[in-house]
Amino acid sequence: MAFRSAVITFPGSNCDRDMAVAIEQVSGTAPLRIWHGDAELPERLDFIALPGGFSYGDYLRSGAMAARSPIMQAIVAAAGRGVPVLGVCNGFQVLTESGLLPGALMRNAGQNFICRTVPLRVENNQSLFTKGYDAGQIIDIPVAHHDGNFFADEQTLDRLEGEGRVAFRYDQPCNGSRRDIAGILNQAGNVLGMMPHPERAIDPSHGGSDGRALFESVVRAALVAA
Amino acid sequence: MKVQIHVSLKPGVLDPQGRAIHHALEGLGFTGVNDVRAGRLIELDVDDDVSDAKLDEMCRQLLANMVIENYRIEKVGEKEPA
Repeated sequence: MAFRSAVITFPGSNCDRDMAVAIEQVSGTAPLRIWHGDAELPERLDFIALPGGFSYGDYLRSGAMAARSPIMQAIVAAAGRGVPVLGVCNGFQVLTESGLLPGALMRNAGQNFICRTVPLRVENNQSLFTKGYDAGQIIDIPVAHHDGNFFADEQTLDRLEGEGRVAFRYDQPCNGSRRDIAGILNQAGNVLGMMPHPERAIDPSHGGSDGRALFESVVRAALVAA
Repeated sequence: MKVQIHVSLKPGVLDPQGRAIHHALEGLGFTGVNDVRAGRLIELDVDDDVSDAKLDEMCRQLLANMVIENYRIEKVGEKEPA
């Protein structure tokens, strides 16, 4: 059965095409493209991706406006039903702003926009997104963000660590994130938010393909579930 | 009715922007500045019958991110006659 996925586009999203290309290359099927003003999602989705960019010009706070757009209510409902949801970069900011993931993403500690490939450590390789990696594996994934400094209070951080919900950690300090957290899972494990861009690392000719296993893991999970 | 919403980072949350402003003030030769915190001011013009509870809801649902920010609601005056 064909892999049914959706990439959401907000005004100001700019990694939606990269995300769609990555999903199509790995799954063999092009994702549906969904506009933020749509109130409903297609039925029977195997995967929803919130791409990077600067939705609504990052007005108010990064991701704040997108998190209140019509399509997000449908995404929150789909996440509640167990549909895998990935938010990358601005997509991660939208997920925290919408309450699907805890914490917040603040201005980078060094104030600078950071755009380079960074080593990440795979902390949890049991999730549907990360099964294709080894525990503790170091992977190289590009980051490109100004507001990637993950913040949560100590109690929340302890809970995330204790429940194995830190999916990825920067192997070297990157942006001031608490405990160098780069990506986290929700409690049910079907929502992943991460600042680094796995969709930019699926083709060796683009400098690396360490992001590919993430998409392969999601596709495999859908096959198992079908 | 004019309402000002003052949004500020919670105490203990690192404020990189405030720190950069602090450094810039020192660079200009100003002394005696102990700390700088940057916030956001949002001005609303609302109907007089909008309740305090509704204003509170607006802040919690959108204007402030309660994970990292506090807010203070200040009514600054009645709507000016047209």
